[in-house]
Amino acid sequence: MKVCDIVERLGWQVLAGGSYTQNDVNGGYAADLLSCVMAGAETGDLWITLQTHANIVAVASLLGIAAIVVAENATVPEPTLAKAEQQEIAIVSSGAPVYETVAALVALGI
Amino acid sequence: MKRQFALLGFMGQGGALSKIHELIREMPVSRVMTVSPFTLPPDATMMELKGLLQTHRISGVPVVRDNKLVGVISIEDLIHALEEQRLDEPLAEFMTSEGLITAHAQEPVMEALRRFESTGIGRMPVLDARDILVGIVTRGDITLALLGALQDLYSEAEAIGDRPQHFFAALESENTSLQLRYHVEKDDFAHGGDASAKIKRALLRIGASPQLARRVSIAAYEAEINLIIHTEAGGLILADVQPGEITIVAQDAGPGIADVDLARRPGYSTATPEIREMGFGAGMGLTNMERCADEINMWSALGVGTRLQMRFKVSPEEVITD
Repeated sequence: MKVCDIVERLGWQVLAGGSYTQNDVNGGYAADLLSCVMAGAETGDLWITLQTHANIVAVASLLGIAAIVVAENATVPEPTLAKAEQQEIAIVSSGAPVYETVAALVALGI
Repeated sequence: MKRQFALLGFMGQGGALSKIHELIREMPVSRVMTVSPFTLPPDATMMELKGLLQTHRISGVPVVRDNKLVGVISIEDLIHALEEQRLDEPLAEFMTSEGLITAHAQEPVMEALRRFESTGIGRMPVLDARDILVGIVTRGDITLALLGALQDLYSEAEAIGDRPQHFFAALESENTSLQLRYHVEKDDFAHGGDASAKIKRALLRIGASPQLARRVSIAAYEAEINLIIHTEAGGLILADVQPGEITIVAQDAGPGIADVDLARRPGYSTATPEIREMGFGAGMGLTNMERCADEINMWSALGVGTRLQMRFKVSPEEVITD
């Protein structure tokens, strides 16, 4: 399943990097501690997080994350959105808490 | 020193283009011409010319006496003779002998090409320094040769551009490496990860597998973030790439680590609350590096600084070959 398919099926919102939502999704990883993400997230994972500073883009890019999923309607500041466009990373908003976000993905089969 | 950089620059577009200019400037007509073309003496008949043109399917020949060019004769002249039924007459009656346009064997092909452009003719006899006919050249000969040279040049540039290890193989030294260096500023979170991203891209470009590029760049990232968070004045990241091994060094000039073993303990962090709010300071950075690298060495002294060295052995499966 591609990022864009998931966004459509779950009614999520694309915040940045809309041109880069064609990536296939292999699984998911939810964490806010960046070193944990570095250790545990795999290439092609969706990364569910509450972190919104610009460095999440660097992490996503290095790991080959399929897309960053920001939960809880957290506001993503402009520098982060700009960096996402520049690094060709999609940031989407699930509009729900992390627990429900993950549950929705599992229900889809991710 | 300048020559070294010129060679490195050759890996990019600029170098290739100037090589083409050089090629075009220096390629002599003798390299592209047809050597020993068919010729006829001026007293040969138009009938003999007809036979020659038909048999060899050419459209004209130089007319030569004692190896010296005295004229050129073409199909147009033959048609002229046919119309007037004068096939028994010698070439001298119909050939062009005045204002002959020729090329010199040693002149650059670009000069010859310019002459083709300005005169509109299709072929030129080629003379050597003693005005002896040595060949014949057409516009097509020049274009074909240049295309061929371009082809060779592009595959050479492509080979070096995509696989600098071939470039390295050609250099003779006991040990050759590619070094990438980056300055990292203290508190520069906006650029956090930039050096690691560049290292990753560079590795992928020179044939590292995605797995190798990933584990090296993850370790580099943790080191880069540490320089941003924990140093007094930033530091330096150096990536040393050799065919069998990659080394990442991160070093700074302070403050130094009191207890390195403690620092390496999973979960231990000296990050401030503000840093932790950003998701850093999990205390897993060095642990991640240990997981990714094959060997870690760390030296530190309080009030002096820290030097972290990570070695990655490159296994054959981690190299992409064609």
